[in-house]
Amino acid sequence: MKQTTYQYNDQHLSVSEPLKFSEKELKSEEMIFNLGPQHPSTHGVLRLEVITDGEIVKEVVPHIGYLHRCFEKHAEKLPYNQTLPFTDRMDYVAAMNNEWAFAMGVERMLGIDKDIPKRIEYIRVVVAELNRIASHFVAIGTYGMDIGAFTPFLWMMRDRETILRMLEWVSGARMLYNYIWIGGLYYDLPVGFEEQCQKFCTYLKPKLKDVDDLLITNKIFIDRTANVGVLDKHLAINYGVTGPNLRAAGMCYDLRKVDGYGVYPELQFDVPIGTGEKGTTGDCWDRTWVRMQECHQSLRIIEQCLEKLMTEHKRSADFDPRAFVPKKIRPKEQELYVRAENPKGELGFYFRADGRSDIPLRCKSRGPSFSHLSVLPEISRDVMLADLFAIVGSLDLVMGEVDR
Amino acid sequence: MLDQIQQLLSDQIQGISLEPIPHSTPAGFIIPSANIHAVCELLHSHPSCYFDHLACLSGVDDGVEANTMEVVYTLYSIPHDVHLSLKVVLNRAYPEVASVCDIWRGANWHEREAYDLFGIQFSNHPDLRRILLPADWVGFPMRKDYEEDTAYHGMTIKHPDVLKP
Amino acid sequence: MTDTPIDMSKTGDGGIIISNLDDLLNWARLSSLWPMGFGLACCAIEFMATATSAYDLDRFGILPRMSPRQSDVMIVSGTVTFKMADRVRRLYEQMPEPRYVISMGSCANCGGPYWEHGYHVVKGVDQIIPVDVYVPGCPPRPEALIGGFLKLQEKIRGESVLRPKALEKILEERNA
Repeated sequence: MKQTTYQYNDQHLSVSEPLKFSEKELKSEEMIFNLGPQHPSTHGVLRLEVITDGEIVKEVVPHIGYLHRCFEKHAEKLPYNQTLPFTDRMDYVAAMNNEWAFAMGVERMLGIDKDIPKRIEYIRVVVAELNRIASHFVAIGTYGMDIGAFTPFLWMMRDRETILRMLEWVSGARMLYNYIWIGGLYYDLPVGFEEQCQKFCTYLKPKLKDVDDLLITNKIFIDRTANVGVLDKHLAINYGVTGPNLRAAGMCYDLRKVDGYGVYPELQFDVPIGTGEKGTTGDCWDRTWVRMQECHQSLRIIEQCLEKLMTEHKRSADFDPRAFVPKKIRPKEQELYVRAENPKGELGFYFRADGRSDIPLRCKSRGPSFSHLSVLPEISRDVMLADLFAIVGSLDLVMGEVDR
Repeated sequence: MLDQIQQLLSDQIQGISLEPIPHSTPAGFIIPSANIHAVCELLHSHPSCYFDHLACLSGVDDGVEANTMEVVYTLYSIPHDVHLSLKVVLNRAYPEVASVCDIWRGANWHEREAYDLFGIQFSNHPDLRRILLPADWVGFPMRKDYEEDTAYHGMTIKHPDVLKP
Repeated sequence: MTDTPIDMSKTGDGGIIISNLDDLLNWARLSSLWPMGFGLACCAIEFMATATSAYDLDRFGILPRMSPRQSDVMIVSGTVTFKMADRVRRLYEQMPEPRYVISMGSCANCGGPYWEHGYHVVKGVDQIIPVDVYVPGCPPRPEALIGGFLKLQEKIRGESVLRPKALEKILEERNA
């Protein structure tokens, strides 16, 4: 062990993150449960302070910050293109989407967003949608595991491996890619990628149906998730909930349709909305069902893009994905808010540039999981302790995004 | 749309001074910090604009020379498809502004984060305490003049390569 | 009772293995390393990927356990922050001996990409707990993590459970 002055002290734990409630404030039948940062089903380092009356949860206080990695400080010290790999690590299961949002913001600030060649835009959509499917697979798989279903988790991880191998073929890395650069891409798609991806789409469709049959329409899963953690549409909007959680509550709000960024206006896809089919609109089952349907829609989008990439925007020898990557990224003095539809919700970046340097004055990232976690105390009043995990899992939290 | 909002705000709130934010996407206004709660309430509930989605609440430190801090509210109206930015400029020595938690409940955690990283006080906030950093952390890290301590609980904060001259 | 012939190739005549106790105990320990399921950040997802379908860790006897009290090895996968550091130490102390630590990923090795400006990142988990194997990568490939486990197994193979460690320590302190 290297020479260190660290001494463990029990007092440090209660001083660095004190509980909100103390035993004196509770009634005699209540107890404080600490679902500490290390717990198999908290999806990362989330600490939940739960006040329960026997088995019924009265109050949940989430404690976060165990993964605060100072993204905003790094963004204030590094040039824009050097900050891009740090955006990968915020929502680490859907890295391409984060990079795209950041790159889109800086391109808008520079004014080059209309000049990016169509082929690059189509490739960005393909990798972003592949990553959306991978992210939903992690969400649904780990959610099944929390509920107690181990097999769908293994199936989803196996199918996710095929996606990761394709993304590794494209960018060189399995998970944190640094592929979508400001003004273009790192490399063009490898030769043969379009055909392999088409084969993958045909391979995946029966697998999605398998998971549907095994997990989503499974009576036990429905009993555990229907009518649990109902999130009302208006409450959701008030808390800033976006993405599949809001769509499951019945609100048809998808930034790919509303804002129409990238080449999404040219593509045909539906937006699945929760209808309360198995219980109430906005319950946990709806959220999982919406994610499953989004995987189907993503496959549709990928197939359309591949079609375009093999015909109208074919690869050519003189295509350089870095042609529009600016040598010096020095936006004029301005402030900008850019948002994109991540698999988890609306990822937003607020930039402030001063026009004199290639380092932003301020770059605030608004992660969707931060807002989703803040709605947890509201929707888990008076549920059973086992339902609490069903709710936490259905919100699809990634602590890298909550704490940044 | 921006003119309509300006008209609405000038009509409903007496004597408010609205400056447009220079070079801002989405466009918006700089609001005096005393009026921010009234402005947000109006924008949230008035049927002609109905800004129901608080997308982002960012604290900004302008630096020691400028001696100001800002809070930027990025609003979006889902029914009308309109974006708006509101900015409040605060004194850096004692930054304080009214909380908007009672209007948008999502602002609760965003304000806690702004307090945690910048030290901006939000009055009437139900539960203003640190959210991302440990409760016994000293200092507000996102300020431009922040210097780290040498150690926290015995662990050195800076990497040895950074400390080398 | 079936009349199948017994396979004598592995155990020689009569099904008896001769070994020394150290080797036998070490073999038993390294063939069933049970890690604590302790994922912090992105490396945790890679750990999950290594443990499941494509890069199965179960074939090495590695079975993630939920509680530190039942685990042999702690895989620190992800960035350790100052807030989390005391909890990591506490979990380490809750593990029964013999215990090992694999530091997975750059963040746990040395602070990773956050080394320069990360005010809330511990620059290497070895400031808090003694580490046995460092696995580099950001995140390390599943093959790299499996390599890390194999290296740990090599280390365990060379250990001696029966050696009088307490006595050796006393003699060392007396002679120093």
